[in-house]
Amino acid sequence: MGNIYKGRVFILGDNIDTDQIIPAKFLVYDLEDSEEKKEYGRNALSGLPEKEYGDKPFVEEGAYKSEYSVIIAGENFGCGSSREHAPAALRISGVKFIVATNFARIFYRNCIDGGFLVPVESKQDLTKEFKTGDFAVIDVDRSVIQNINTSEEFELFDMGKSREIVDAGGLFKYARKMEMI
Amino acid sequence: MGMTITEKIIANHAGVKKVSAGEVVWVDVDVLMTHDVCGPPTSAIFKREFGENAKVWDPDKIYVIPDHYIFTKDEHAKRNIEILRDFTRNQGIKHFYDPGTEFYRGVCHVTIGEDRIARPGQILIGTDSHTCTAGAFCTFATGVGNSDAAFVMGTGKLWLKVPETIKVSITGRLKHGVTAKDVILKIISDLGVNGATYKAIEFEGTVIENFSIEERMTLCNMVIEAGAKNGICVVDNKLNKYFDEKGISVDFHEKSDNDAVFCDVIEYTGEEFSSMIAMPHSPGNGRPAADNSDVLIDRAYIGSCTGGKTEDFVMAAEILINRQVKSETFAVPATTIVEQNIKNIRIQNKTVWDILIDAGVKTGQPSCAACLGGPEDTFGRVNEPLTVISTTNRNFPGRMGHKDAKIFLASPYTVAASAIKGKITDPVEFL
Ligand code: SF4
Repeated sequence: MGNIYKGRVFILGDNIDTDQIIPAKFLVYDLEDSEEKKEYGRNALSGLPEKEYGDKPFVEEGAYKSEYSVIIAGENFGCGSSREHAPAALRISGVKFIVATNFARIFYRNCIDGGFLVPVESKQDLTKEFKTGDFAVIDVDRSVIQNINTSEEFELFDMGKSREIVDAGGLFKYARKMEMI
Repeated sequence: MGMTITEKIIANHAGVKKVSAGEVVWVDVDVLMTHDVCGPPTSAIFKREFGENAKVWDPDKIYVIPDHYIFTKDEHAKRNIEILRDFTRNQGIKHFYDPGTEFYRGVCHVTIGEDRIARPGQILIGTDSHTCTAGAFCTFATGVGNSDAAFVMGTGKLWLKVPETIKVSITGRLKHGVTAKDVILKIISDLGVNGATYKAIEFEGTVIENFSIEERMTLCNMVIEAGAKNGICVVDNKLNKYFDEKGISVDFHEKSDNDAVFCDVIEYTGEEFSSMIAMPHSPGNGRPAADNSDVLIDRAYIGSCTGGKTEDFVMAAEILINRQVKSETFAVPATTIVEQNIKNIRIQNKTVWDILIDAGVKTGQPSCAACLGGPEDTFGRVNEPLTVISTTNRNFPGRMGHKDAKIFLASPYTVAASAIKGKITDPVEFL
């Protein structure tokens, strides 16, 4: 994991569940097939209710990738099913970091163990401190995130033990490094 | 300081005398369960990481139970089953409940109970968030993603952060018509949908003791809806008998120590509970059904690991007997065994199955079916923005198909009563 990361922000609310991240009907695509895999990128976050999120699509019509690489969300991000297709879909769409007040447990593990993306908890709700389209800089060592558009800086929680697995690049790489497998 | 039941099971599997909440340990897994949605990607990760010709850690400890996308024309869904057929054959995995054969069963969590796959004191890891259902058998059971499952497949091991435990104690008695589903819906709305994140929930008290094993499954099934890592009920005579029926003697009788540390103790009396619904779009939006009797419904649905077990259909039939549904109603037995059971069990000389049919209910084949939407041709899938009352466990937008559908979660009693009246109805008037 690079220690300082800059990316464009997409804002989401509380309780974004795995069906909103990737609706169940897309789970039939093969994640190991380079063509089919793109469907996950194209359909990432396509389950969001249009009423709330309709004005700015996360992935533009016809595209396979999103222009947003940092998601900022409220509570309980990734709740719902255990499907690893959810962090995988976000990763395939181009997401690198998710900053939320807290995460559903299985989703958090999946992000880290699968080496898909980095979930970090913010000390306060940041969904009002950023707007979709703002640029954020995340400094993992200092546990802070800055809104470049407003220059304001906010504290994140230290990742604790999870950081070792994130730095290794996922559970398998970690286990190899520790000579467990 | 003592340990909770969850800590004891984890310590036993980590090969240490004691663990405490917050510690990260590696445990030996007793059973790994996967299904048709997560099995194929798990096997792909397994091969990628351990090699094309690698062998799983123990073929007898892996259960592959396809249930999600079974009765569909979707080609990709069929391919998933083919992948599992090849994988289980090559790996010598005998416990494969192959669709289209006599071994096919239906919903994995219900099968785990029926076949006594998860035992008291064991660790069950599954690639499904409702793996926690098996906490009813005093198993430490929790859901993981594909990478973790592939890691278990290769090594039999998994890292776990020892969870803190919330104790939920329910004394007294429930009112007539109030079920485990109502109890857990209230608990989730009291705790909030992330009120138990990273935590275990241990259930105790007379209400839990009086619950059947299936009711305890319903209770533990939905702890994930409060974010919990696992739910757990301790071994008692009922559970001993449940295993005894299949010739299995239970040798694990541990309980939480008197001086175990709980991060929270929540006390209820049974009389506090009433028939509940969870309003759209969150299982945490619980309200008494009686307060919402002005909500008209288009459809009712009875099925899933939460509300498609034998007793769930018996409850529905108690209300549907000699009546007609007003709203279109779908029923999907969780497994083939549930289907057999309800074709045998009689109420007033009529089988539960016939009661459903005569009431105008449409029945589907055992599987997860519309509980999670799935391919467009899935039985009972909500393809339009309907208002639905369902015995399932989640009502996030799009869960049962259409993003704008409104899903209300409730017990089989409440769903059946609402189906008859065409609007949300407290079942008490029918019981
Ligand atoms: S019945 Fe529903 S909740 Fe249960 S395993 Fe199947 S899809 Fe999941």
